[in-house]
Amino acid sequence: MKRFTNLFLELDRTTKTNDKVALLKAYFLSAPDEDKLWALALFTGRRPPRKIKTAQIQEWAIEQAHIPMWLFRESYGSVGDLAETISLILPANTSTAEKTLSEWFAYFTQLNKATDEEKKQLIIAAWKQLSTYETFVFNKLLMGSFRIGVSQTLVVRAIGEVSELSSAVVSHRVMGQWDPYLTSYKELIYGENSADTTSKPYPFYLAYGLEGKLEGLGKPEDWFAEWKWDGIRSQVIVRNNELYIWSRGEELVTDKFPELESLKTQLPSGTVLDGEIVCYENDRPLPFNILQTRIGRKNVTKKILTEAPVAFIAYDVMEYEGHDVRQKPQEERRKILEELFDQTEIKGAFKISPLLTFHEWDDLKNLHLQSREHAAEGFMIKRKQAHYLTGRKKGDWWKWKVDPLSIDAVLVYAQKGSGRRAELYTDYTFAVWENDKLIPFAKAYSGLTDAEIREVDRYIKQNTIEKFGPVRTVKPQLVFEIGFEGINESSRHKSGIAVRFPRILNWRKDKKLEEADTLDNLKGILKAYK
Amino acid sequence: MKRSELLTFTASSIYCPSADIHIDPWKPVERAIITHAHSDHAKWGCKHYLAHKDSESILRMRLGPDISLQTLEYGESFTINGVNFSLHPAGHIIGSSQVRVEQQGEIWVASGDYKLQDDLFCPPFEAVKCHTFITESTFGLPIYKWKPQHEIIDEIKAWVLQNKLQGKNSILMGYALGKMQRLIKNLQPFDQPVFAHGAIYNVNEQLRNAGFDLPYVPPVYNANKNDFQGALIFATGSVLNTPWLKRFEPYSTGYCSGWMAIRGAKNRKSIDRGFVLSDHADWNELNTAIDATGAEKVYVTHGYTDTFARWLNERGIASAEVKTMYGEEEESLTETTEA
Repeated sequence: MKRFTNLFLELDRTTKTNDKVALLKAYFLSAPDEDKLWALALFTGRRPPRKIKTAQIQEWAIEQAHIPMWLFRESYGSVGDLAETISLILPANTSTAEKTLSEWFAYFTQLNKATDEEKKQLIIAAWKQLSTYETFVFNKLLMGSFRIGVSQTLVVRAIGEVSELSSAVVSHRVMGQWDPYLTSYKELIYGENSADTTSKPYPFYLAYGLEGKLEGLGKPEDWFAEWKWDGIRSQVIVRNNELYIWSRGEELVTDKFPELESLKTQLPSGTVLDGEIVCYENDRPLPFNILQTRIGRKNVTKKILTEAPVAFIAYDVMEYEGHDVRQKPQEERRKILEELFDQTEIKGAFKISPLLTFHEWDDLKNLHLQSREHAAEGFMIKRKQAHYLTGRKKGDWWKWKVDPLSIDAVLVYAQKGSGRRAELYTDYTFAVWENDKLIPFAKAYSGLTDAEIREVDRYIKQNTIEKFGPVRTVKPQLVFEIGFEGINESSRHKSGIAVRFPRILNWRKDKKLEEADTLDNLKGILKAYK
Repeated sequence: MKRSELLTFTASSIYCPSADIHIDPWKPVERAIITHAHSDHAKWGCKHYLAHKDSESILRMRLGPDISLQTLEYGESFTINGVNFSLHPAGHIIGSSQVRVEQQGEIWVASGDYKLQDDLFCPPFEAVKCHTFITESTFGLPIYKWKPQHEIIDEIKAWVLQNKLQGKNSILMGYALGKMQRLIKNLQPFDQPVFAHGAIYNVNEQLRNAGFDLPYVPPVYNANKNDFQGALIFATGSVLNTPWLKRFEPYSTGYCSGWMAIRGAKNRKSIDRGFVLSDHADWNELNTAIDATGAEKVYVTHGYTDTFARWLNERGIASAEVKTMYGEEEESLTETTEA
């Protein structure tokens, strides 16, 4: 545990990529295989679920610390992280533990069958042997909330370098479904295990936002352009007559979309497609918030299937006739995709993302303005010679998104942030005018610089009208330009409107309170884009 | 008839009406007792100052060489209009004092800023029995618990050595007055060249001239770029994100403060390392100090005032929060000192 805690702390201390890779390499060179497997699972977001109710852990911690609940809450408010707060209030450890990371996970399995009292004894016994930082990591693991600022790409690179495998190979091997309780590091990294290779997805190729002008890309004839769909990026795999659908978050979501079941017969075995799942009706994608009503639901009901039917819009092919075709140029892959599509007799929920016709960059610029009418977020621009790469890479794939919709709104409520921003007011609620009243319509967290955050924080602390628990009502005065991606009617919001991905674009210091937008302005945007 | 309180809290200070004297006023007054020389406690513009003798050199440097300043030893007392005053070590920084005030057997202690851990540079805190105690609460939450000083010093030494091996300079930051002398005193002898930021150099030299046992640390401005190789540079937090740091590249930054106990606080400052080293009392020290005074009434100033006062009340010690202007020390993380 010490080794892993140190790795965690040292990774936390540096923002430099090379340092992070060096730390990871040192870890993967020196840790026992059992630990490496768990570390890999944690770094790739495969954290085991929470073992114990958070409320219980909290209760036992304050009992150990001999402090009242309200004081714990105050402390939590200052730290902003539950696992960290608990690690700080607990009395210092009385002994030290020699258990490794994997041994602690084995320890966790005892919790499965334990009574509440036994659980309590197990947890307290662990706390008594762990240092403050170790306790912090332990709590994160226990609560299923372990996160770290290291991308999967870096972990893959480090493992690749220490195991002398290419990044692409490692990347592929760590994808898909595997369970650190059931597999071993050797099997995972060095062995091919046939049972899960059937379902194993390829790493997605991710695009960067377009930098500079379109003309900078060179000749228009070297490029494809298509709409950028606003749905769930997905990979459809048909192998051995089985269908697997993976989301970009590496979640197997096959069961969530029964409409796509037919792809199993529509596509030949040995096919892997890249595309977007969107809600679709009358030959037209529906706004993302309709899709949102389905995500996260445990059961897909009949009602959902009629109200929010989905389709899969394919735009690339990674495997064809059982062969990895990612190294073929985009142009050739497109041909294969079109053939696959044409061979399908009844298309149903299977769609293909059309290529846009353009001769000059200016054609594309004009077309871009129509993005919203096509329910698209803008364009994807892909070089005809592009290979299908791994991860976020510059050069061959670019996304060109439409400018967000925006409105000037007034800051009315504020709440403290968490983590890095625990002591600062960083979560804001914004309102627009309706007659002489301010109606809240959106919450936004990001978009200001650190210096601006401090300035707004100071304003909030000096201009609080009321406190409701953690929320402060602020004297209305500050006006911000709020950008958002989509807008819809909502019966759950007081304003009658819900906006998607709201964020602060600008602090409009030049605007007076009275100059903020009105609810009617918002409704106008709603009308225009519905 | 109940006579007025021995000490009161006014819009400009902690005030003793019977003696007409102010403690740590934040506005100019006639007569001021200064607990210590940090800028939030020692303000400019008072007619007469009184402080511990170890504060003298810094007070004259900061408030002017010609201020009217009378100094005392610890334990030495004087009486004004039947009120007896004396100073006692607060353990915060050099010269820091608790002010004991006694009138007809009633005793109040205004403690300014204090810590219980012996930092091996300034005289350690001494508990003074009193009826009413005025305490700070900068770190008045149970999440703040300091490790022994030698452990932190070892962490810093290891960090400096690691930087040196990687060909980097170490920029160690903290308050110019107090924290830096504590660090220099405890980190010596040095295995690498050391330099001090001008503000720190000035404080050091002032103290060395006044006879305090501190090693000489040359100022950065007299050195050449070639001198900065695996060196340790003592700097104030104000240099962060400024071009001043450029000459030390490649370097690693470390910050010494109690706030560094929280990961978020460290990350917000965009520094490489946070060292949890404070000149204020942690949670346990605050409680220990208050118990040791035997006080039946406690006033809580700057820090987590309302929280800490509530905690004391629940423990059966009558307590109330008091608004002051303290806690806005130079370089303090103002966003985390919201009262």
